Amino acid sequence: MSVTVWIILAAGFATWLTRIGGDLVLSRFDRVHPRVEAALDAVPAAVLTTLFVPAATTGGIPEWAALAVSGAFFLRGAGLMTGFVAGAAILIALRNLLG
Amino acid sequence: MAETIDFTDKRAEFRRGTNRAWPIVFATAPFGLLFGTLSVANGLTVGETVLMSGAIFAGASQLVGIELFGQDIAPWLVVLSVFAVNFRHVLYSAVTGRSTGHWPVAWRYFAFFFLTDPQFAEAERRVSNGRRLTLAWYFGIASVVYVSWIGMAFLGAVFGQLIPNPYVWGLDFLAPIYFFGLVMEFRGRASWLPVVAASAVASTLAFHTIGSPWHVSIGAAAGIALAVLMPPARPRAQTEGAE
Repeated sequence: MSVTVWIILAAGFATWLTRIGGDLVLSRFDRVHPRVEAALDAVPAAVLTTLFVPAATTGGIPEWAALAVSGAFFLRGAGLMTGFVAGAAILIALRNLLG
Repeated sequence: MAETIDFTDKRAEFRRGTNRAWPIVFATAPFGLLFGTLSVANGLTVGETVLMSGAIFAGASQLVGIELFGQDIAPWLVVLSVFAVNFRHVLYSAVTGRSTGHWPVAWRYFAFFFLTDPQFAEAERRVSNGRRLTLAWYFGIASVVYVSWIGMAFLGAVFGQLIPNPYVWGLDFLAPIYFFGLVMEFRGRASWLPVVAASAVASTLAFHTIGSPWHVSIGAAAGIALAVLMPPARPRAQTEGAE
């Protein structure tokens, strides 16, 4: 096998380690302190935010408009899919127009 | 109020999982396609591209990986970079591990291979809604998303050069819109807004100073640290521990 294939397999294994690591550590404890509990409850918002806000700051009008429109949908209680499609439509339309 | 669901009906649970997978497929397929396209453009073969999507199954780190392959960098450094980008998943399994204690151990660690950003968010959302996190439901999502992710890498690798201008089709920014939606899904949680604000500010500052991929860990750490420091709120609903 080529070096590239070995690197890919090693990277896949390393990724799997990250995906079991937290559970391996935490399952050793019988009781979880309330502060740790609070930390874990914050994980979705804290991590997922980093996956779109910095990307948005490098964007322009199409990206910001897409997020604004999606956000308006989400705040009005629209489903995840509806808000996403609305934002995607705005993004693609504006990128084509402002290209 | 949770409706009555027969959580022991594995086929029905699996189907409920596959139903929840389609929005994820819709949001991540363009990203998978883009990865396949860029991977071949960076000199990887179609086979290596598909292997990468199948073995790593984490979009952002795969993009980092193909970027490094093109630069004649030491193998261990490529692996370490992928590990660094994916380090956030340590937090995911810590969280999801709380509500999957009833899964057989071997299945747990097999299942966690598929614990991507959207898989984690959907699982945690189900827990928040007071529903039982079943293995069948989890694999209903995972199987559809995994097959789609690999399939899109293949299509991108083979036909990607046919896409005239990936930029105008928004392929690079669809995933961020989707992640925004996922963040909004959790807005009922304690300290949600302060956590999002801290994470947004810290990750953006880190992104423009230290650079990628460190902004993810730094932003996440800021948001989580704030949650720890906030005064303790109401106790967490313990619906999933009722066995």
